[in-house]
Parts: sequence; structure tokens; C-alpha cells
Amino acid sequence: MLGRLTLDALPHDPIVLGGVISMLGGGLAAVIGLTYFKKWKWLWKEWLTSLDPKKIGVMYLVVAILMLIRGGVDALMMRTQQATSVDGSQGFLSADHFQQVFSAHGTMMIFFVAMGLIFAVMNLLIPLMIGARDVAFPFLNSVSFWLFVSGMMLMNISLMIGEFSAAGWLAYPPLSGLEYSPGVGVDYWIWALQLSGIGSLLSGVNFFVTILKMRAPGMTLMKMPIFVWSCLGSLILIMFAFPILTATLGMLSLDRLIGTHFFTSDLGGNPMMYVNLIWAWGHPEVYILILPVFGIFSEVVATFSRKQLFGYTSMVWAIGAITLLSFTVWLHHFFTMGGGANVNAFFGIMTMIISVPTGVKVFNWLFTMYRGKVRFATPMLWFMGFIATFVIGGVTGVLMSVPAIDFQVHNSLFLVAHFHNMIIGGVVFGIFAGITYWWPKFTGFKLNEKLGASAFWCWLIGFILAFLPLYALGLMGATRRLNHYDSTTGWQPLFIVAAIGVLFIAFGLMLQVIQVAYSIWKRKEYAVDSNDPWSSGRTLEWATTSPPQEYNFASTPQITTRDAFWEMKETGKSVFGKAEDIYIPKNSATGVLIGITAIGLGFGIVWHIWWLVIVTGITILALLIQRLSTDDTERLLPAKEVAAIEKAHGGITA
Amino acid sequence: MAKTQIHTPMTHTGSITSYIIGFVLSVALTLGAYYLVVNHVLDGTKLLATIVGLAIAQLIVQLIFFLHMNKEAKPRWNLMVFSFMVLVVFIVVIGSIWVMYNLDYNMMPKEELEQHMIHESEKGF
Repeated sequence: MLGRLTLDALPHDPIVLGGVISMLGGGLAAVIGLTYFKKWKWLWKEWLTSLDPKKIGVMYLVVAILMLIRGGVDALMMRTQQATSVDGSQGFLSADHFQQVFSAHGTMMIFFVAMGLIFAVMNLLIPLMIGARDVAFPFLNSVSFWLFVSGMMLMNISLMIGEFSAAGWLAYPPLSGLEYSPGVGVDYWIWALQLSGIGSLLSGVNFFVTILKMRAPGMTLMKMPIFVWSCLGSLILIMFAFPILTATLGMLSLDRLIGTHFFTSDLGGNPMMYVNLIWAWGHPEVYILILPVFGIFSEVVATFSRKQLFGYTSMVWAIGAITLLSFTVWLHHFFTMGGGANVNAFFGIMTMIISVPTGVKVFNWLFTMYRGKVRFATPMLWFMGFIATFVIGGVTGVLMSVPAIDFQVHNSLFLVAHFHNMIIGGVVFGIFAGITYWWPKFTGFKLNEKLGASAFWCWLIGFILAFLPLYALGLMGATRRLNHYDSTTGWQPLFIVAAIGVLFIAFGLMLQVIQVAYSIWKRKEYAVDSNDPWSSGRTLEWATTSPPQEYNFASTPQITTRDAFWEMKETGKSVFGKAEDIYIPKNSATGVLIGITAIGLGFGIVWHIWWLVIVTGITILALLIQRLSTDDTERLLPAKEVAAIEKAHGGITA
Repeated sequence: MAKTQIHTPMTHTGSITSYIIGFVLSVALTLGAYYLVVNHVLDGTKLLATIVGLAIAQLIVQLIFFLHMNKEAKPRWNLMVFSFMVLVVFIVVIGSIWVMYNLDYNMMPKEELEQHMIHESEKGF
């Protein structure tokens, strides 16, 4: 009846139990709060069932930030373990638990934090920037989001029921095969990724079509804001890379479920093929995360330098080059696996080449600042921090693209420091810059600058303390994923510095939470007095009300130039016309229901509860058929009402 | 009230006949490959080549009958995306074969390597 599920699956370890209790406690507090303030209906109608991409974007953001905190706790646990577990002391984590923690940390941070943050900004901004009312397929967008949530939930359930994968964030076989990981951990990992991966793929298609088909009239591709270009590159990569992930994980789960031999070491299987395939997805994934962030920084730098972005065309070409080249470098993740000199040399050189367009971008940003009227508001601080950390990460990356050097530092903490340089210094800093920059647009008030700047300095100092020692440790021979070492290695002082760095970062994160809470409290005081709060906005989102109405623009803008809003301010010629009749997609609960059912589907497969798999599978199909046979999916907002709303909120209409 | 959609669906759908033709063809191609393998009609390189041929035929059938690649108005986004797909598949497939061949060759177990060396030296220079 319950497959492999028995009472033994409940947590016994006191640390895990603590985590479970704090998570359940948080959930319970939320439930009590919602009931006490009678907000359930509001939550359901205004948020959960909404098809408005701006609201879906905010929900992505909330989920991703919560998961950032969970992944951060994992990081804190790992560094505490490593700072204390020397010689006789074994630290506070058992070896198996430590393995689960680092596997969960990597999985969580990439799939549910970084991807969530990227989809958050895409949802919030792509339709606004291209002058569209919505995405191409609003319902599909809701399904994508709820699949992302169901993957996230499945991963968090693994903490309470059973265990998580102990095979690292990419679960290489044969370790992740049935023989060495017979438990449910790897299955949880596979199905959390499968569910959220399908959501990502659907989002990729959705936003790709949105950009190509729904741009405002006159906005040719070369007149799009650079952020939209960078997202387009990222979306192309999503569409082409995620199917590889789905297929690879599918084969791994067949190996585990029905005894096929794709990736086993015997009977004709080949574990190296798994590594090859997973990185054929994995490397484009890195660029899926970083490209939109390049776009965010391009907008931030242009706005805060009060200047047009330097080298728009070269930026577009750089994005295009990265998009294509990112499919030609995957082997640099496994130079040491035993490929010959020719193979390693080819992929080493391709890796060096792909750093060129990224270098072009760095120079473009610096030249945008050159002779601009630069204002160092918080987003600009994040940008400056990004330039410093990202260039260090880039330099060490090119260093490792030389196969001979890679053999020395492969799987060492040097590598760990490198990719945290790219992902924290790049993606996370970029998203924070974007959140601070666009916050007033979506809320109508600015964030406290002082707290923002303090949080930035905590993050930057914490980052330097946490990761620069890892370069040294890596060169001293410390490998990644160590839960215990000998004091004669001389590593402990550096590990302690790194742990202090993580504390600084945690403090920075706390300051950001305080910043948001404080700014919400003082929202009247910080309210913006115009739709263009930084007074140097360049792109269309700054033309509409803050926060934007659900239809984004009262009339469809007619675009003639790049940076349409800036031009509009310069020439005084509005790109907007009279308010129009607008059709708005109605709310739909189907996305939420599919997401919830998908959790059951994943859970059933993980625990081999086959009746649950069948029931949930049929339910999902039925929900889809029900939705697809409904015609009544939109409601009309007449032009008169639109005009009235715009008047009340200070919108732009002719 | 007549309903106008703001999300104009991109319609280049086929007729029921074309869907049925496509369905029959793809089932036939799948069963054909299965038949060849199960009944040992062909073997070795011939079998491999035939199956790859059938797979490509399957691909073309699906592109025409299900994805309507041949009925697109300008700008030809489908064609562009398709071309990029061909390029990416080419890179990943050829790249993987090259990489895996190299790994196989370099990571050969010692006994196998000796066999291989003897075999190669018999061929002469």
C-alpha cells in the first residue's frame, strides 16, 4: 500500500529534527497568521490563482528568497563542521548527514534559488519592457510556476520523510546508482529536478514566444532593451539544454526503477556518459543564470550613469556568441576523466574563447560609466561589487580552462571558490541590484538606502572572507566536500576565516530582511512621487504607473527608437495613445491544483507507491483536459474603466 | 457577445486526414525498427544504419505532420529555431561520440590495451 514508506522514514537525528520543527513551525505560524487576519481568500484570489505575470514573478521571488535562507543554513552548517572537525573532533555532523547537506545546498541554490530568481525578474519585467500586456501563454506560466513549487516542496519533504541524496548536486553514477545509493535520497533528487525542470522548460518556451511575438509595434529586435536580449539568449539555452537534463535524469531513474543499464559500470552501461550528458546541460545552465543578470546590470549602469548603454550592438553580439558557444565547452568540467590531449585542448580553447564576449561586456559597462553622471545608489554598489568579484572569478575560470592547471585544482576548493565567485558575485549580486532598482516600480515606494548599503558591505566583506581563503586552501590541496581533516595540513585557520565570512553573509541577508520590513513600515515616507522614481529610467516599464496595473499599459505603445521612454522624455512626444478595451485572463486554480497533484506524483514514484502515481497522473491529465476545453478564460475591461483607473493612479494616456 | 482573443493563437494546424497519415506513418516506422531488431532481419552495421535511417524518417514525419514545419508564414521563426536545434544536436551528438571514443581509448583496461596494441601492430603501418 505505501511502497517503501515505513515509520523508519521519520527523522531521528536531532539536527534534522530541529530543521523539521523549524520548518513546520514556520508553516504553522503562516497558517495561523492567515487564519487570524482572515487572509486566506485574499491569498487565493489575489495571488495563488493569479495569471498576472507580475504576481507570479513576486511569488517566484518569495519562494526563491525562502529557499536562499534554507540553502544558507546548509552553508553555515558545512562551514561550521569544517572549521571544527579536525583531528580528534568529528564535528557535529555525521559523514552521511554532511553529504546530504552539501548535496542539498547545491541543488537548492541552483534549481530553487538561482532559477527562481531568474524567472522572477523575467516574469516581472519582460512583458513591461516590450510594451506587452501579458506573456504569450498566461495559463502555461502559472503551470510552470506551480511545477517549480512542487519540485521545491518535494525536496523539502525529503527532510521530513526519508532522506535526501548524498551523491552531490549532480549525482554522478555509479554513486547515484542503485548499488551505492539504494535509499530514496537520489530518487527525491531526481523527481524534484524533473518536476521543476519541466516547469523551467515550459517557461522557456513561453517567454521565448512572448519576446518574439508580443513586442509593441515598431519595436524591432534591435530596439529591444538589452535586458530583453539577454533573457532571449537565456531562454534559447533553456529550450535547448533542459531537454538534455530531462532525458538524462529519465535514463538514471530507469536504471534505478526498472533495472536498465544506461549508466551502470557493468553490462554495457557507461557512467561517463552520464557525466558527459549532465554537463551538456550543466554548462548552458550556468549561462542561463548569468545572461539575464548581465541584462540587469546593463540597465542599472545606463540608468545610474544617465547615459545610453555603451556598445549596444556589441552587447547583442556578445550575448549571441555566448548563447552558441556555451554549447561547446561542457567537457571542461571533466578534463581529468581521461579524454586525450586533442579533446582536452579543443574544449580548453573553446573555454578561453567564451570568456572573450564576457570581457567585452565588462568593458561596455565600464565605458558606459565613463564620463557619465554616475550616482552610487544601492543598485550601483552591487554593480561595483559585481565587477570586482566577477572579474576575479573570470580570471580564475580562464586559469582553469588550461587542462594542465585543471588537473592540479580539479575538485579542489579552488574550483568551489571559482564558481561561487561567478554565482554569488554574479547572479546573486545582480538579482539584488535588480530588486533594489525595480522595487519602487512594483511597490510604489523605495527601499531604505542606508540599510541597503550596509547589507551590501556585509555581503561583500563576507564574500571576500568566505571565498578568497578557499582559493588558497584549494592550492594547498584541500578537496571539496571534506567533513574531516588533519591539523597538520594547516588548513584550519583558513577554514575558520571562511566560516566567519559566512556569518557576515548571513548578517547581510538579515539586514536585507530588516531593510524590506522597515521600508514597508515606512512606505508612506518612502513613497515615490513619479512613475520614474530614479528620474533617469530609460525603458518602457518606467512609463507606466507604480505599481503597474494588471494590464501594464492603458494603450499599446508605438515604438520608434531604442530606450523608448528616455526618448519620450527628451522629445516630449508620447508613444502612448488613448485607453483601449482590454481583455484580461481570468484567474485559474488549475495551475495550483496541477502543482499540488504533481507533488503526489513525485512522492509516489520516490516511495514506489504505484496507485498514487496512477491516481495523480490521471488527475493531472483530467485537469489539463478540463482547462483546455474551457473557452471562458478572459474578461473585458472597457476603455472607459481603463481611463478611470489610469486617472486615479497617475498613468499616462493621451 | 463575440469573443475576441488578445492572445491570438498561432494557427497552422493540419486537417484530421494529415494527422491520421502522420500517426500511421510514425507507428509504422517505430514498429518497423522493432521488427528488424527482434527478428534479427539485419545485423551489425547494416542494422544500425537502417535504424538510424528509420529514426530520421520518423523525425521528418513528425516535423511535417505534427509540427507543420512546411506551412509557415514569414518571419520563419520555426525554421530558425529548427536550424539552431539541428546545430545544437549536431554539436552534442558528434561531440559526445568524439569525447566518449576518446575516453574509451584512453581508459582501456590493461589487458584490453595489450590486445588492442597487438591488433594494431598486425595491421602494420
